[in-house]
Amino acid sequence: MTPATETIAAIRFGCGLPLSDKAPRDARAMIAALAGPDLMAQAWPLAGQEALAPLQFAAAEAKKVRGAGREKAINDARAQIVAVSEQGVRGTLARAVAADDGFRERLAAFWADHFTVIAPNLSEAAVPQALIEDAIRPHLAGHFPDMLIAVSLHPSMLTYLDQAVSVGPNSQRGQRKEAGLNENFARELLELHTLGVGGGYAQADVRELAELLTGLTWDPRRGFEYDKRRAEPGAETVLGTIYAGEKVATIRQALTDIALRPETAAHLARKLAVHFVADQPDPAMVEAMAGAYTASGGNLLQVYAAMLDHPAAWTGPLTKARQPLDLTIAALRALGVTADRIMEMPAGRLRKLVVGHLAAMGQPFRRPRGPDGWAEEEEAWITPSGLAARVTWAMTIPQQFVRELPDPVEFARLALGDRASEALLWAAARAEKRSEGVGIVLASAEFNRR
Amino acid sequence: MLNRRMLLKTAGAFACSAAAHPFLTTVTLAGSDGGQPLGDHRLVVIILRGAMDGLDVVQPRGDGAYAGLRPTLAQPDAADLDGFFALHSGLGGLMPLWQAGQLGFVHATSTPYRDKRSHFSGQDQLEAGTGMDLPASQVRDGWLNRMLQAVPGVRAETAFAVGNEEMKLLHGPAAVREWAPDTRLDLSPQAQLLLEHVYHDDPLFLAAASDAFALGGDPDMMMDDSPAGALKGARLDDVDKLVRFAADRLREDTRIAAFSLSGWDTHKGQGKGLGRALMRLERAILQMQKGLGAEVWGKTTVLAMTEFGRTARENGTVGTDHGTGGVMLVAGGAIRGGKVYGDWPGLDEAALYDRRDLMPTSDVRQWAAHAMQGMFGLDRAVLEGAVFPGLQMGASPGLIL
Repeated sequence: MTPATETIAAIRFGCGLPLSDKAPRDARAMIAALAGPDLMAQAWPLAGQEALAPLQFAAAEAKKVRGAGREKAINDARAQIVAVSEQGVRGTLARAVAADDGFRERLAAFWADHFTVIAPNLSEAAVPQALIEDAIRPHLAGHFPDMLIAVSLHPSMLTYLDQAVSVGPNSQRGQRKEAGLNENFARELLELHTLGVGGGYAQADVRELAELLTGLTWDPRRGFEYDKRRAEPGAETVLGTIYAGEKVATIRQALTDIALRPETAAHLARKLAVHFVADQPDPAMVEAMAGAYTASGGNLLQVYAAMLDHPAAWTGPLTKARQPLDLTIAALRALGVTADRIMEMPAGRLRKLVVGHLAAMGQPFRRPRGPDGWAEEEEAWITPSGLAARVTWAMTIPQQFVRELPDPVEFARLALGDRASEALLWAAARAEKRSEGVGIVLASAEFNRR
Repeated sequence: MLNRRMLLKTAGAFACSAAAHPFLTTVTLAGSDGGQPLGDHRLVVIILRGAMDGLDVVQPRGDGAYAGLRPTLAQPDAADLDGFFALHSGLGGLMPLWQAGQLGFVHATSTPYRDKRSHFSGQDQLEAGTGMDLPASQVRDGWLNRMLQAVPGVRAETAFAVGNEEMKLLHGPAAVREWAPDTRLDLSPQAQLLLEHVYHDDPLFLAAASDAFALGGDPDMMMDDSPAGALKGARLDDVDKLVRFAADRLREDTRIAAFSLSGWDTHKGQGKGLGRALMRLERAILQMQKGLGAEVWGKTTVLAMTEFGRTARENGTVGTDHGTGGVMLVAGGAIRGGKVYGDWPGLDEAALYDRRDLMPTSDVRQWAAHAMQGMFGLDRAVLEGAVFPGLQMGASPGLIL
């Protein structure tokens, strides 16, 4: 049941087969690659907040236009932002099909999900990608406290979880009507981003943290600022520690302290192990990861190394369901679709061949149901409707990308290595036509698991 | 743990789990003769994800503290229900049902979930149907599935989870069906055969595929070619599709349907957000009534429940934060409506839970249990022991006609 190490490296921890000559094939090489530069972000740069800000400003200005030109002004501004978000879809796919280091792309997706941000409307469609570029990719092989701070101060997160409109009740602004505290970000920060549900915090901690976070704000005209007039005066006590001083440094200190608590270590270690290895991961592996986190002050490279150094990481069977975006990427990679081809795709074609199908499979691009992100359990993905959508994509879309489809049996070997079962090779050889043979490989349980 | 997929369509498999069930022998069933194990009644459960603000939906105008807590949210144009409560204008289209006794509410109710106020663990607990003594993470099946496990002769099509959303309340060993009405599947007979061969050794894929093959090729199911689009604003077509699909099944052999409506997490600008969510809920109920037709609607109970309520006080951003007690909506021809059920705890600060939230005076599970007892004739012992372990149902509130 246990495939070869390089098969597991590609399927469980990477973006799929085939691996390039330069691709890392074992734990040591994977960690070494991660310690190096983010080559894919350099090759296909995407818009962060700095690039997005003028477009957001223009969109806000368009809303002030009065009279006949209003609708056009709003639509024009929005179209520019939508174009940036479509580039985000292309770039995400291109990086993943081209990456030697598929583990980095998978980690980027993992942390983007951990710090889920959902665009509430088309004018903010590029906001989730900006968070990934600015706050997630630069830190995914660094220290978790740094990532947490970068995310927590980022406009995308401040607006998504309502921090930008939260005002200390006793602050200067709080004295005015219709301005007050909003607990949303504080709660999710403790529950989802750090300690986890049951992580030993109480309602009072949520409230105090919400008060501590007041002052952090963003708006499209003024940009990010720490606005003292919004900050709740006085010290706050979060998880037993007193934080005094209305300034960003106080907030950074609190975030660092929360990030380094043992509950955070345990929560993140388990979540990583569940995502990459199994819904019920080996407790010893999780413990080793949490231990590495604590010992290194939240050094994520050490945590990944602890996971990859554990035998459970390299043992089958592969029981996780590939999420629809991972599935699509692995399929494009196996079909040999190049990054350049993807980058050249017009938006309509991208929607028709990829984005619309992701929604049908249950994973609309960067739009999970809520801030807790995507489900991990196989049952959440391999539903009758979800599988029907996977089969439909597998049977009908590959020929839209590749003029001459490969021989289905060779394709099964290329896409699955030693993981291709006898039953699959038997069936792939007996399809009525090439597209169905390739479709059966891409729809197979082997290809849909990792 | 048995995977429910393994049991789907496997003859005889039910017998194993049925025999193991301690309460089975005590089950008495209404109309279990004519091949319909649950009789003629229909139960529709709608999970309102995101925590609906019960105090805004059914506004306690008669409570002296209300106006002060909700200075901007209280609606002068809310429709009077009983002199004390008034209905949010977003559900105004349901007033004829109220007048006909086919719409009711339970106020100040909640699950046993307390204090953490997390949507996700709150929803898990709502669907697990357990108390705080048993963490939802340790419960592998949902309460509606456990109800099905207690009824002999239930088939997969007896219960449907409709839509793309995972419905944990129907998860478990009893076979149920799941389908999102947007999906279709066209396969050549050969491709279908080969896929069945390929999936043969993976029970999860095999079971999902056999449902997909059964439903995906049915022309009745093909309602839309386009996959559900992202980034759409207020829409009703998806609600219509969900409800039409559910109603079509319920008119046939299906007796239980469950689906989700989201959009209730109104931390800011609640007027607009809640209005949009209520429009969808109202549409779902009216379309269900229409889709079922008078006869079946007359035997139907719709329960719309949420993970918890919201803070009694408006927050600083014209919204409300996560709270505790809230409202359950009850509709259908099988209910005794025209009434707001539940004891009213009052809104004075000392009467609030934690001095911030509406104090729950009943357990959501009691109402669901009485509805199932009234409609399906399930034994109290089954409901209190297996479906909602540890629940005290109390005296019948007379919810079901």
